[in-house]
Amino acid sequence: MSLFSAENKKIFWENIWKENPIFRQILGICSCLAVTNLVFNTFIMCVGLIVVTVATNVFVSLIKDYIPGRIRMITQVLIITVFVTIVDLLLQAFSYEVSKQLGAYVGLIATNCIVMGRAEVFAMKNRPWPSFLDGLGAGIGYSIILLTIAIPREILGFGTVCHYPVITSEGWVAWNIMIMPPGAFLMLGSLIWIVNSMGKKVAHEEKK
Amino acid sequence: MSEINPFIIFIAAIFTNNILLSNFLGMCSFIAISKTLKASFGLGCAVTFVMGITITANWLVFHLVLKPLGLEYLYFLIFIMIIAALVQFVEMVVERYSPTLYLALGIFLPLITVNCAILGACLFAVVRNYTFMQSIAYGIGSGIGWSLAIISMAAIRQRLRFSHVPKALEGIGITMIITGIMALAFSGFAGVVSMQ
Repeated sequence: MSLFSAENKKIFWENIWKENPIFRQILGICSCLAVTNLVFNTFIMCVGLIVVTVATNVFVSLIKDYIPGRIRMITQVLIITVFVTIVDLLLQAFSYEVSKQLGAYVGLIATNCIVMGRAEVFAMKNRPWPSFLDGLGAGIGYSIILLTIAIPREILGFGTVCHYPVITSEGWVAWNIMIMPPGAFLMLGSLIWIVNSMGKKVAHEEKK
Repeated sequence: MSEINPFIIFIAAIFTNNILLSNFLGMCSFIAISKTLKASFGLGCAVTFVMGITITANWLVFHLVLKPLGLEYLYFLIFIMIIAALVQFVEMVVERYSPTLYLALGIFLPLITVNCAILGACLFAVVRNYTFMQSIAYGIGSGIGWSLAIISMAAIRQRLRFSHVPKALEGIGITMIITGIMALAFSGFAGVVSMQ
């Protein structure tokens, strides 16, 4: 089987759009939604999540034959936590400021349902390379959504993107609600609305 | 930080710094369970109960075991294991001594192990340097705050069944919007007490 066979590509792309973890399964919004008022923090958080998901998926699929069925959940949790600890330590070592701002949320990647969901559903049954792609796809699909929420929130809330001012005209008043927690809920709700109505259209065309 | 009265923290954790509405923790089970009022109430009680116990245990382990040994960097691992072990233990104790309580909470207890609100509360208590009493107050307060949010959500969703929601917004979409409005309402409490 070649590395980039059609099937492997499908595994990767399905996770990004068709089976996107947030829209289709509503998994794992807990730990990351809180940091979406700044694009840069969101980006760091997403990178951390992708690393953990990919590493866990590969590792679980490597040792899946040695994990006894009854304790597989706790084994997965331990593997995930080890990788989360590594990510947290790396972040503290190389970008202490961001690590301080994110605070406890990095640790909460451990309880993010996406990571465990992919490990349990996919990595336990597949070989390392497809698992790698699956983890990467799920992580990227997830990150795209979070960035889609983060960018409007930062623009409307602070008038900046990644701390660079975009809206500089006079008379502009920052929308405080966007940087407050309700803003994230409202954004995600509206985003789901938009995507669902687009999805309906797509499904309709396929029927024809 | 350390001078704040535990009672203030307790109130703040319920209203102004609600763990669900302002920290976005425990969303997964919030969306899945808030369809019915009865289940929401059961889960809310279970979360409050477990949160109070685990935050106490985790505080003790962190400050009495990990800190003297210089192993603070292992705290994610240790916390998750303590939560998993404690939930299992609580389940066995409840089953043995109070079958009625077990019937009411039993199915929810395993779900709680992966509830991010529990781990989140424990991590916040460490990151914010709470004292022992403050941690307990924060744990129980967060549990009650979380229950308050999920119970009111369930009550709203039960009535929502009879209203006309746009097709594409049904289900998760409208739940998120309502949560946003609820968070807005709760932000009206800001200024009553302050934790920061």
